[in-house]
Amino acid sequence: MSVRVLLPNAFQKHTNGEREIQSSAANLPALITEIETAFPALKTHLRDESGQVRKFINFYVNEEDIRFLGNDKYAFRDGDEVLVIPSIAGGCAPCETRFAQEQRQEPNCGTCACCSYCGQEECICGS
Amino acid sequence: MAAAYELQCRECGKRYENAPLSICDECFSPLEVVVDLDEARRTVTRATIAAGPTSMWRYQALLPVPDDATPQTPAGWTPLLKAPRLAQRIGARNLWIKNDAVCLPTLSFKDRVVSVALENARRFGFDTVGCSSTGNLANAVAAQAARLGFKTYILVPADLEPAKILNTQVYGATLVRIDGNYDHVNRLCSQIADRYSWGFVNVNLRPYYAEGSKTVGFEIAEQLGWRLPDNVVVPMAGGALITKIRKAFKELIALGLVEEKPVRFFGAQATGCSPIATAVKTGADHIEPQRPSTIARSLAIGNPADGVYATRAIRESGGWAEDVSDVEIVSAIQELAETEGIFTETAGGVTTAVTARLYAHGRILPDELTVTCITGNGLKTTDVLQGAYEQHAAIRPRLGDFEEYLAEQKEEQELEVGGAYVG
Repeated sequence: MSVRVLLPNAFQKHTNGEREIQSSAANLPALITEIETAFPALKTHLRDESGQVRKFINFYVNEEDIRFLGNDKYAFRDGDEVLVIPSIAGGCAPCETRFAQEQRQEPNCGTCACCSYCGQEECICGS
Repeated sequence: MAAAYELQCRECGKRYENAPLSICDECFSPLEVVVDLDEARRTVTRATIAAGPTSMWRYQALLPVPDDATPQTPAGWTPLLKAPRLAQRIGARNLWIKNDAVCLPTLSFKDRVVSVALENARRFGFDTVGCSSTGNLANAVAAQAARLGFKTYILVPADLEPAKILNTQVYGATLVRIDGNYDHVNRLCSQIADRYSWGFVNVNLRPYYAEGSKTVGFEIAEQLGWRLPDNVVVPMAGGALITKIRKAFKELIALGLVEEKPVRFFGAQATGCSPIATAVKTGADHIEPQRPSTIARSLAIGNPADGVYATRAIRESGGWAEDVSDVEIVSAIQELAETEGIFTETAGGVTTAVTARLYAHGRILPDELTVTCITGNGLKTTDVLQGAYEQHAAIRPRLGDFEEYLAEQKEEQELEVGGAYVG
């Protein structure tokens, strides 16, 4: 079984310019592992500090968002085309931490890039 | 002269020199423009702004455009109107409407963002520009690109309202209808922008484009006499507008142009496409994409690019989000037209209906100064009002016929109110 995987320009810095790979992965988690094995430099960029794949990286199978197909449970079929598009929607683990802090009315943790307004590691805008 | 500005990753904070780039190559998060407010503080005052043109370009010093930019279109500086009659209908006492239904040149707030994007397209040397669009953006890009002499490719969902298609093609743009919804179109544009050296206003020029939305916030503050409102109600599609109005208020505070005060932000969506409102209501920290199904096609983005940031802006401000049905949207279009003389498109129906609900549920109190943002013009979505009004048979041009007509009208009215007529 073979799946064609199209990578975005934003990945190319970490893939020696490769824009496309063929994969025999059975599902999304296996595909991500395969991409990371093929391009070790990409691994630290694909995952956040807690090891989770960054939520703002989107995967599509034959024009459909993989989240509509069962996400990790979707079994790739021979001939599927998988498209990776970064940054259409998403968030990040440090920011979730921030939300939890806000719920408890604690100040900005100051240790992560979690300010949605100024984007600074140590928030400069006080939002 | 524009203050210094550059790009910065919204998540990891990495800085980038100005370029047609929207994604961080370290963490693949979106980039946004940061303006050097220290520099702006030295040059921007209420007086310098007031001396500028009666368009959004009076805030040019706070927008990411080249110093030598001489904008070609008078977008922005739309009316901020007190809305007493609508207020009375929905239980408000201090309600204002920011009316971008009359934004020039193409009658939606998208004229603002496109102005900024195309100034940057020119700076970066593109000869071809484009966008993925639910309609209003298509109109704005087509018109302004024509004036600036760009070649234009515009991709839209095939089922777009006929008026929005016509209002794009008339400017000579190449319109590509895609068999899919906006999210399919948007994804294709991401691929095209990776392959072709074109300036896509909402893909590789997105950080610059989105800054244009700040001018809605700047204008609200200036038109209120350099003060901030208590609440703002904003329609949400991709979610950028609500975050940028908030950013505008923060910049005005940082520049000392308005007094600091808390402003609550309220988001409005159609129930048939409500990924951001759902996240706000459920307390989720991420956006679950939806398959859109609503007549509010200009808001029908199931996977909103700025959804997470919109959710945060609403939460951090102490606001809320609501969504309304298609039936409520049409009623609200009619209500706004009947009470305030403003004919808005479906997105404005969404905002108006949500505003009414926020008062009804006590989330906004009657005396609070509240601004509701109308972002598009009803002439573009007249199809949703098909069949809403009966057309009487024509009468002869005789006074007797007219008086007969009036008598019939009175009878019908009496029947409609079921005997409650007391006139």
